[in-house]
Amino acid sequence: MGFILISLIILIGITSYFLGNLRAKNLRTSNQKNLKSLSHYYGYYVALWAVVPALLILLMITSFKSFFIEQYVLSDFIALGSYTETELSLLFTQIENTAMGIKLFDENTILIDGAVNKLNYINKTSENLTYVTVLGFSGLLVLYSIFNINHKLNSRKIVEKFLLVLYFTCSLVAIMTTVGIIFSLLYETLRFFSQVPITDFLFGLNWSPQRVFVREAGDLDTRDLANAFGAVPLFAGTFLIALIAMCVSVPVGLLTAIYMSEYASPKVRDWAKPIIEILAGIPTVVYGFFAALTVAPLVRDIGQGAGLTVSSESALAAGFVMGIMIIPFISSLSDDVIKSVPQSLREGSYAMGATKRETIVKVLLPAALPGIVGSFLLAVSRAIGETMIVVMAAGLNAKLTANPLDAATTITTQIVVILIGDQEFDSPKTQSAFALGLTLFVVTLALNFIALQVVKKYTERYD
Amino acid sequence: MKSIKIKADNLNVYYGEKQALFEVSMYMEEKQVTALIGPSGCGKSTFIRCLNRMNDVIDICKVQGKIEIDGNDIYAPDMQVEQLRERVGMVFQKPNPFPKSIFENVAYGPRIHGIAEHKSDLEEIVVTSLKKAALFDEVKDRLSDSGTSLSGGQQQRLCIARAISVNPDIILMDEPCSALDPIATARIEELMGDLKTEYTIIIVTHSMQQAARVSSRTGFFHLGKLVEVDKTEAIFSNPSDQRTQDYITGRFG
Amino acid sequence: MTDRIEQRINSLNKRLNSEKRFRIYCIGAMSFALAWVLILFLNIFSSGYSAFYRTVIQVDVPFLNLIEDTTQFSEMSSEDINNLSMYSFSKKAIYRLFPDIEEKKDKKMLIRLFSIEFEQEIREFLKSNKSNINETETIYLTASDDVDQVNKGNYPRDLDEDKRRIKDIQLLFFDDLVDRGLVSYEFNLPFLMRGDSREPELAGVGGSIVGSLFTILVVLILSFPIGIFAAIYLEEFAPKNRVTDFIEININNLAAVPSIVFGLLGLGIILNTFGLPRSTPLVGGIVLSLMTLPTIIIATRASLRAVPPSIREGALAVGATKMQAVMHHVVPVAMPGALTGTIIGLAQALGETAPLLLIGMVAFVVDVPQTPLDASASLPVQVYLWSESAERGYVEKTSATIMMLLGFLILMNLAAVLIRRKFETKW
Repeated sequence: MGFILISLIILIGITSYFLGNLRAKNLRTSNQKNLKSLSHYYGYYVALWAVVPALLILLMITSFKSFFIEQYVLSDFIALGSYTETELSLLFTQIENTAMGIKLFDENTILIDGAVNKLNYINKTSENLTYVTVLGFSGLLVLYSIFNINHKLNSRKIVEKFLLVLYFTCSLVAIMTTVGIIFSLLYETLRFFSQVPITDFLFGLNWSPQRVFVREAGDLDTRDLANAFGAVPLFAGTFLIALIAMCVSVPVGLLTAIYMSEYASPKVRDWAKPIIEILAGIPTVVYGFFAALTVAPLVRDIGQGAGLTVSSESALAAGFVMGIMIIPFISSLSDDVIKSVPQSLREGSYAMGATKRETIVKVLLPAALPGIVGSFLLAVSRAIGETMIVVMAAGLNAKLTANPLDAATTITTQIVVILIGDQEFDSPKTQSAFALGLTLFVVTLALNFIALQVVKKYTERYD
Repeated sequence: MKSIKIKADNLNVYYGEKQALFEVSMYMEEKQVTALIGPSGCGKSTFIRCLNRMNDVIDICKVQGKIEIDGNDIYAPDMQVEQLRERVGMVFQKPNPFPKSIFENVAYGPRIHGIAEHKSDLEEIVVTSLKKAALFDEVKDRLSDSGTSLSGGQQQRLCIARAISVNPDIILMDEPCSALDPIATARIEELMGDLKTEYTIIIVTHSMQQAARVSSRTGFFHLGKLVEVDKTEAIFSNPSDQRTQDYITGRFG
Repeated sequence: MTDRIEQRINSLNKRLNSEKRFRIYCIGAMSFALAWVLILFLNIFSSGYSAFYRTVIQVDVPFLNLIEDTTQFSEMSSEDINNLSMYSFSKKAIYRLFPDIEEKKDKKMLIRLFSIEFEQEIREFLKSNKSNINETETIYLTASDDVDQVNKGNYPRDLDEDKRRIKDIQLLFFDDLVDRGLVSYEFNLPFLMRGDSREPELAGVGGSIVGSLFTILVVLILSFPIGIFAAIYLEEFAPKNRVTDFIEININNLAAVPSIVFGLLGLGIILNTFGLPRSTPLVGGIVLSLMTLPTIIIATRASLRAVPPSIREGALAVGATKMQAVMHHVVPVAMPGALTGTIIGLAQALGETAPLLLIGMVAFVVDVPQTPLDASASLPVQVYLWSESAERGYVEKTSATIMMLLGFLILMNLAAVLIRRKFETKW
């Protein structure tokens, strides 16, 4: 239904464009006076009136339709007052299925039959109602706007104003997204913390949400909840794997950056830099597959050959592969920063008789340090937020450990594990995933903010 | 006559295909100030950068010919350029102190060459160098401040102190005052008068008046050739070449 | 004095040596990084290329035994052929490969050499060639996944029999068939066309290709206009006030938010509040658009900024309004840069997995989706799903899927680079 309606609206829009255009041209020739804008702007003017309000109305109707329909169909049940929200939702789905002919109830009660009838009725009428409302509105507005066209009307101004508002609204999408993220995370997190104290979450040492069974939302035994949502093992695991990743990427990335900016010929730099940046463009699921299938068994075999106990989902394997992925973050950013240190500093150092290494280590790196540190922070932020590599290669068991040969789990892994199964939306288990998400969001944002500040505050400006 | 410190012999320098210096031969006396003058692009900066092999930093630059310092060819294959630059210091057109403290700027040279390692030895060197560069009194209370926080003239004196810190024989100055105001310029010129008692100074300058003020010998470069080199008074009052005459009287450049 | 000089010479040599070592460390680091690019690609390629062809076994099928006059097939409709009972006929055709075996157990093992769909394959052959069926036809039937892997040499044949799925007698059959020249390879078109399956040999990547396509389409339709418009506003029209600053800060922040958070956003708001269908490319596309928007906005702004003011001024001087100057003159010039940024953003979206997992695009989809409102998976999600399976057949398919994913990404990035090279004007 939606597509047909939208196509019709567009059709009306196109027609009204021509109508408006025509009217404007007629007006000009009949009165010999010039209009305030070119005629095609009048066409757009009418078309906008035809299309935009209609689309907005359609959007509103579609968004709220399901809510109103559900309320209407279940009105008898709601009046009884003995059903919870989840039960009502379930009931509605059952009624929908019954209306489609699927036999769910052995014997339909009067209420259910009544509800099914209401559903059928409202589905039919709402479709007709929507068509009438939207198209009617559109038609009326077309007429209104066409008659509105006269010599005083500067439609170009109106059309341009509309475009400006449109562009502005688009730029608001960024804010709306952030608001959406914060709202959805915060909402579920607050519900979570109403059942599990925040101190348990931030400082608890035991993470095993699978243990929590929810029968009815009110039936929850607080003893079940205590000691099941301690996120410290997750923080530790995230930290451990990120640390391993940085141990790989920092030396490799920094030395690579130094080579590319100071030693390599421009030709070498021209192909080496893009190739290394490929590492950042490879989808993380590929790294995860590689880590799980090739690296983790290799690490385990080598470790066992050396007589150590190595898990087949070692933090080392996941962290190592993650480190490889992060190399370009450090190498490319640091390379740019080092290159931007003015040549005069290099010459000053060489003129003193310093070797290239001394110049790099004692003059260039300290001068580029804020930018380099910024790149480290961004890399860490990326490592913490990484999901697929750890989901596929790191462990699912939340064990608190500092041993890289052990399995460890991260914040992101747990979010996926919790949400990928069947969810009951009111359970603390699902809500804990959002709490984890909020933690992640805040930490990465803070890291990025600090990175920006460090670069801004400490970068020397060479005028 | 003073002894010869630096001797350039038939020097040809190329940037890629383009030749920048043509058969330049001249000598520079010990513990004297020799000035190099000429219009923009005449090759004087290129020449002075040959004296401490700074042109090595530029890939496409090729140097042919001989430059001897104290009789040793500095382009000989066994010459370590780091050692050369310990003996031949340089001050650049735009002051380029490192983004470190004033102390660290001056201590940089002695540290890397292993001249001093202990804090007390370094301190002595830093203080001496700053004094010789006529900067110590102004910064003695704030040696840990950043070198870039000084004024332009002070920064340039800091660069001079830095060059002095490794006790070179020769100090090259590539238009050291062109980025400074007249007062700072005057101070540096005054400083040069003191420095020349200890160091051989070669200075490239755009200002003929400056050359006349500070140097004892002057070389005039034009389009990559050394046109004329003689005692300063001779160059300015009685030049032998017409081109020199034209430049000095302001006909061009 | 000479002592001191010797000390100085030593220290100089130490410095020169440490210079050489340092340079070697740096080259080593860069080689390490480059090597891993190579290792990754080689590893994926070597384990994945074999998925593009599959083992087939040549079987002579005596259609004469099904119906006396084979010309009658040409008059049957497809539905008639579908209704023909062909199961035991098909089995008998296979038994003909080894006419001497009698034990039911062995016969069952022989059938198991072929894919589960052997009857269906014979039926399809009949349907497509019904006008021209000879008494006996040679059909190439798909081998089972185990046989396929054995043929490709991926299967550990020397394990004990009870530790592997393929039995000794099946290996005997197989080796004999190979000797008789009846085992060959064929381009694995079904792999590219079909949806997922529980049987590795039948599993195809077609469903996820279409799923990815729909998702990227949705992302393009949503994020391209919104991104361009937002960039135009911010770069050309926005006043320098706190609201604008706030918008810019938001955009830069969003570019750095981990992708899984967008998945949570999708789950929390898009599915619950708006009630859109789960597991569909529509919702996946909406979530990924939000992720891609900052990339497009930042890239477009950069290319708008690169347009010299003289162009704007020239237009204004002729009497154009600001909007006209921007839309008619500045934006077209900045378009290549905006397109490049969009393509790069789309490439990133193509490879995203985590947000799609959360909004449920992990459907085990057997049918290739027809519209963006059908449940489906995407290429990277398919990689994730298959990598969780233990069967060997899935390993090569997963690698092959990765190859295709990387192939698309390389194409897209090349396109971006080409556009940039061809249309970018140097001012």
